[in-house]
Amino acid sequence: MSSNVTPTSKPVKTTGLHVGDAGPGCRKVDPILIADSVKRTFGGLTAVDVEHVEVPRGAITALIGPNGAGKTTFFNLLTGFDKPDEGKWEFDGRSLAHVPAYRVARMGLIRTFQLTKALGLLTVLDNMKLGAKGQSGENLFRSLLPFIWRKQEDEIDAKAVELLGRFKLDTKKDDYAASLSGGQRKLLEMARALMSDPTLVMLDEPMAGVNPALTQSLLDHILNLKSQGMTVLFVEHDMHMVRHIADWVLVMAEGKIVAEGDPHTVMEDPAVIDAYLGAHHDADLGATDTEHVEVLKELIDDEQ
Amino acid sequence: MIDWLAIFSNAAQEVISPTTAAYALAALGLAIHFGYTGLLNFGQAGFIALGAYGYAISILSFGFPVWAAVLVAVGASVIFALILGIPTLRLRADYLAIVTIAAAEILRLIFTTNTFDALTGSASGLQGYKDGFAALNPIPPGSYGFGPFTYNAFDWWIRIVGWTLVVIFAVITWLIMRSPWGRVIKGIREDEDAVRALGKNVYSYKMQSLILGGVYGTIAGMIFIMPRAVVPANYQTSLTFFVYAILLLGGAATILGPVIGSMIFWVLISFFSGFVARAVEAGWLPFMSQVQAGQLRFILVGVAIMLIVVFMPQGIFGNKKELAFVK
Ligand SMILES: Nc1ncnc2c1ncn2[C@@H]1O[C@H](COP(=O)(O)OP(=O)(O)OP(=O)(O)O)[C@@H](O)[C@H]1O
Ligand SMILES: [Mg+2]
Repeated sequence: MSSNVTPTSKPVKTTGLHVGDAGPGCRKVDPILIADSVKRTFGGLTAVDVEHVEVPRGAITALIGPNGAGKTTFFNLLTGFDKPDEGKWEFDGRSLAHVPAYRVARMGLIRTFQLTKALGLLTVLDNMKLGAKGQSGENLFRSLLPFIWRKQEDEIDAKAVELLGRFKLDTKKDDYAASLSGGQRKLLEMARALMSDPTLVMLDEPMAGVNPALTQSLLDHILNLKSQGMTVLFVEHDMHMVRHIADWVLVMAEGKIVAEGDPHTVMEDPAVIDAYLGAHHDADLGATDTEHVEVLKELIDDEQ
Repeated sequence: MIDWLAIFSNAAQEVISPTTAAYALAALGLAIHFGYTGLLNFGQAGFIALGAYGYAISILSFGFPVWAAVLVAVGASVIFALILGIPTLRLRADYLAIVTIAAAEILRLIFTTNTFDALTGSASGLQGYKDGFAALNPIPPGSYGFGPFTYNAFDWWIRIVGWTLVVIFAVITWLIMRSPWGRVIKGIREDEDAVRALGKNVYSYKMQSLILGGVYGTIAGMIFIMPRAVVPANYQTSLTFFVYAILLLGGAATILGPVIGSMIFWVLISFFSGFVARAVEAGWLPFMSQVQAGQLRFILVGVAIMLIVVFMPQGIFGNKKELAFVK
């Protein structure tokens, strides 16, 4: 499992992100994303009900929580892929309410999907190139005149190849994305997201299904994003990974942010234990509960 | 005895017939919709009808010159695409299919009904709109060509214009599909949410695709009416299915597919109907009347479509490699 990964180097953690006491909804020194009373219900089920949350700029923030906590739904709401019943949220000081998904992306907030969306019958390279923004050849009339966009296309090409190299996908560049393995698709999706030089990258379970050898390099990529000045918000179930790279952790349960803080202190928060064991605290420990206990052990486990 | 020479020469003529050109162009439009963008347009017959009626009505009722009549038809087709696309392109793909098939039928019924007889000629249709187009013909009167391909000046004029248009639009399609615009379009076919997440206005691209492919159909409609009259019965849903048959035969996401597909389709149709009609005449098929023989070709088309989809789903020019990944 990816949990056995030993960090090659100890990443530099960003600290001093919050103002006052760390707790659910606490203020950040420099928030890039702020959500206020964002609520989404599906019939009778409240999937997301976030009172207030701020994501710190220039840091790596992890969003954790048990299955069905509402993490993916929250991602969808923030990025315009789903509409909340109520609430407002802003990115970089600009309101995102009623902004369609493609505009959110153009503002510099790029997300990936939990269920990977590789464009199967496009080559890996074309998948990458699609990620670049401001392409003049994407206009129907200009597309007819290759000399207008040829130069930009070559630049995009070079950038795509360089990124693919970093993600160890360069040998696959002329293959259909459909021929990639599940883990390779995760890598492709992440690399593709980076083609647009986003300011905030939101990754929904980027490591799921990626083999341990690659996990380490993926972690390095994420840390790299931070050193390049990007902000990262990612959903992850692997606590070792969270502890290893996250500067800040948001804990979600039943649609609410129940705890937040730096990775070490948040793990000691009783609300987190509650979040993972939930209502069936005293009930039989079924298969899923043993998994949760496992997660808790990882949580409480001190970092070496 | 069966006159094989007549059957073969009739079939050979279809290779360059204006009808073949019209179907090729209409299929090229569908390739943009279905093959490249993944839009299920089942109303291509409607776009073709708009070309036919838009052109004929402009000339007959309003006395427009050729260029203005062409603009009217293309304009009508753009408006039709907008009406179809605005409500449906945000929804799932199958909604567009339902709406387009219904809208094309509505158009045909409007053209058929007696209410607008003064404009549309209702069920008997329109004719007498060819003078303007014929006047543009630079070929001096006379008969040209060799063997089965001997035509008068006007017939050559239709063929030259028709096939020139096919070539021009095939080149345009080739250019746009290898450009970044085409990359977005193909991305939408694969997964529109992924493309949206990369900052592309998917709705706008789908609309552009619908309009563009529809305009191809409309121009095809204008070529289609040059060798014949405008009759509403020609624009039934079966027309759309014939165009789909051509597209699937040639290869859905290809440029040459629709063109060569149309040639093969019409040569085969002509061959089969010529053969069956003469076979009935010669008493080879005693269980069949002439009328039944006329219908048989459509049955054969249906069987052929099924065989293609089952045994050669990528079409003649389609990429076999792609097939490995089609779910
Ligand atoms: N489209 C939908 N319709 C109905 N219910 C939904 C829908 N999407 C999500 N839900 C419900 O909302 C809740 C939150 O789901 P969500 O996918 O956000 O969880 P998650 O935190 O991402 O879980 P996981 O870690 O398993 O990915 C779940 O109870 C789910 O059943
Ligand atoms: Mg999820």
